[in-house]
Amino acid sequence: MKQEGADKGRRRFLTGAATVVGGTGAAFVAVPFLSYWQPSARTKAAGAPIETNVSKLEPGQLITISWRGKPIWVFRRTKDELDKLPKLNGRLRDPQSKVASQQPPYAANATRSIRPEVGVLIGICTHLGCIPLYKPEVGSVDADWPGGFFCPCHGSKYDLAGRVFTGVPAPMNLEVPPYWFPSENVVTIGEHKEGSA
Amino acid sequence: MSDGAKTSGLRGWIDDRFPMTKMWEEHVARYYAPKNFNFWYFFGSLALLVLVNQIVSGIWLTMNYTPDSDLAFSSVQYIMRDVQWGWLIRYMHSTGASAFFIVVYLHMFRALLYGSYKKPRELIWIFGMLIYLVLMAEAFMGYLLPWGQMSYWGAQVITSLFGAIPGIGHDLMIWIRGDYNISGVTLNRFFALHVAALPLVLVFLVVAHILALHEVGSNNPDGVDIKKNKDANGIPKDGIPFHPYYTVKDLMGAVVFMIFFAGVVFFAPTFHDLFLEAPNFQPADPLQTPAHIAPVWYFTPFYSILRSVPNKLGGVMAMGSAIFLLFLLPWIDRGKVRSHRYRGRLYKVALALLIIVFAILGYLGTIPPTATVAGVIQNKSLAQICSVLYFSYFIFLFIYTAFGLERTKPVPERVTSK
Amino acid sequence: MRKLAAAVLLMILPVAVLAAEGGAQLMDPHVDVTDTASLQRGAKLFTNYCMGCHSLKYMRYQRVADDLNIPDDVAQKYLIWDGAKLSDMMTSAMRASDAKQWLGRVPPDLTLVTRYRGPEWVYTYLNTFYRDDSQPTGVNNLLLPGAAMPHVLWRLQGIPEPVHAEETEGGETKVRVVGVKVPKNAGAMTQAQYHEATRDITNFLTYVGEPVRATRQRIGFWVILFLLVFFGVAFMLKREFWKDVH
Repeated sequence: MKQEGADKGRRRFLTGAATVVGGTGAAFVAVPFLSYWQPSARTKAAGAPIETNVSKLEPGQLITISWRGKPIWVFRRTKDELDKLPKLNGRLRDPQSKVASQQPPYAANATRSIRPEVGVLIGICTHLGCIPLYKPEVGSVDADWPGGFFCPCHGSKYDLAGRVFTGVPAPMNLEVPPYWFPSENVVTIGEHKEGSA
Repeated sequence: MSDGAKTSGLRGWIDDRFPMTKMWEEHVARYYAPKNFNFWYFFGSLALLVLVNQIVSGIWLTMNYTPDSDLAFSSVQYIMRDVQWGWLIRYMHSTGASAFFIVVYLHMFRALLYGSYKKPRELIWIFGMLIYLVLMAEAFMGYLLPWGQMSYWGAQVITSLFGAIPGIGHDLMIWIRGDYNISGVTLNRFFALHVAALPLVLVFLVVAHILALHEVGSNNPDGVDIKKNKDANGIPKDGIPFHPYYTVKDLMGAVVFMIFFAGVVFFAPTFHDLFLEAPNFQPADPLQTPAHIAPVWYFTPFYSILRSVPNKLGGVMAMGSAIFLLFLLPWIDRGKVRSHRYRGRLYKVALALLIIVFAILGYLGTIPPTATVAGVIQNKSLAQICSVLYFSYFIFLFIYTAFGLERTKPVPERVTSK
Repeated sequence: MRKLAAAVLLMILPVAVLAAEGGAQLMDPHVDVTDTASLQRGAKLFTNYCMGCHSLKYMRYQRVADDLNIPDDVAQKYLIWDGAKLSDMMTSAMRASDAKQWLGRVPPDLTLVTRYRGPEWVYTYLNTFYRDDSQPTGVNNLLLPGAAMPHVLWRLQGIPEPVHAEETEGGETKVRVVGVKVPKNAGAMTQAQYHEATRDITNFLTYVGEPVRATRQRIGFWVILFLLVFFGVAFMLKREFWKDVH
């Protein structure tokens, strides 16, 4: 067996060709194994948008529903609470909701909602993920508490539009999920209205 | 490097701490294998490829499979329908199981053709037979996991064979099952063994098998010892380094194998009821036995031997000895000539008969025990004849070789180009 | 050696026999899961006639809609009768306890029926009901004697009459049903139309048994093609290096 007289160039070329074709094949084989980890049809079905009726929601009342394993708060704000919101801007980290990741475009407004009186928020503290408490009564957390959400884990505070106060560990406003109102009394959580956002 | 000099750079840093280049050279780049390897020598590397396939596809299936008797069957349907590409990974695993046995049977046949089990390779053969045994256990346990009708009833039948052992049999059977009948308890423990324990044992045995091979060096189709003729550098004249010659050849062989494999996976995954059996598309029903309980095709030769003895314990012993005799081949075959090419004519006839009989027994195991073959002979009778012929191979081989009855041809000094 | 190996392989493959219990020869529905129109008709027939009792509990409506090119709103309107969502599984509204009481046994889920019985069996089963006044349903089936299922498609086919034959076995002469005779103009469909309708249902059930079948064959073509190219390169590589040997 001898290697002299061997066409080294041809060997390099063929080795290269085999490596390229083999590598392509390996990449093709990798695709199913990687995609396998993506949410399955069952997971997507379980994570589908969910509807709830808001007609019986009293002012000041909050209900929690589960979407994709997360607690979603749907609550009705009173007129007094709505009037107070712009006055809090000085105490907030992001009063204009400039951080785009925390709400869809239709919730980047003064009340962070489609309808001013109906609040829809994901009830997960943006600090480390605890579920904050609903504390709408003035003074129920401390002396100058205007009403809002208080996280017991590390003391983060949010107003009734889910905007985070300064001086607390949480870095961002509470997230607003995609949602829309297919009718007067029904809210669908988990998807944008077709054609919007 | 044989002169002791270390390699440089990152490789050198590693080589100073770990025998990386040393192992590469000893087992690949400077492992000299005979240059006359033929078709029958592809199946070792193919077996390794299939092992990797089973492990990777198996781990992936475990991510979505549920080993609970109420949920197992539907979790398989979940993988087939809801999980992205789950169907492909499942079919790769089911096809791989049968491919493993096809490859392993052909790999073992090579040993019979060329005397690869003879001195000094007896231990390679023993490790190989242990791999075969563990593989059968692994396949048997894996087959319970889909929890179909055949899964359940096949496990019921095979575990009840242990009950035939006198004295301890009944308790042993219950101990294996963990319950009075096959149940979710059995399922869970077979899952643990199939996914974790036996694959570890299998990998260890494969490493041992290859190390034992490399210690002695590979056999070849002429049965010639290539180490007897070395050149001035101590390299066997009929040897070529495994890399690049056999890496390149085995790559080609692997691609051919993959074409057949893909053909089955994408166009015939059930392979006409042989690789995925129809009754297993029904969930296990402990209150209803399927019309015919038969193991998967790779067990059927031994199943036929089992069924051909009318006594339960006798059948178990016959089946056990059929496998055990294979372990003893290096000592049963006393012939000094390795390859069939230079052995007595009767050896080739006997070997051919063994393979034919094995195949017939395999076929008989797939059809009902009461069936009539080709309209002329009962399944049971033919199975009995073939079982006797199977055992007589070993008796014949011993007598033929131990008493000097074999007339061999002169073995060449160097390998031939055939 | 090669011939021996081939002979061995051929002996392992069992011969395909279209045998059946109940003594009926199986009919061939000529399944074609790429025939989308047939699958759509089959889906419609199945959800209308069969889903009252039989579930397809591993199959989602959405998958049927997507694979069969049925728009979502059409699928919602024509395939779903119990307020289910498209993402739900195709379950029957009949409770198991009620079924047991009314029919004597729970109608089996049919998602995988063509995989363990075969499409030929399902097709033949739908075509071999016959009048039998001794049965509580008034019908019997050649393939499944004593079947608890009524002939749900009787309006389409009419009710066939049994064909009897005498059989002598061990000195005893018995009369057995060996076939069915379909009366002309007894149902809304002609014999040919009924065969097509039952073929559509069988085709649909074959699709449901393995929805990915058409896709896997399509992908397989490209995989094998790629591997053939890979083989060409690997072969040339091997041949080039092996010029060194001998």
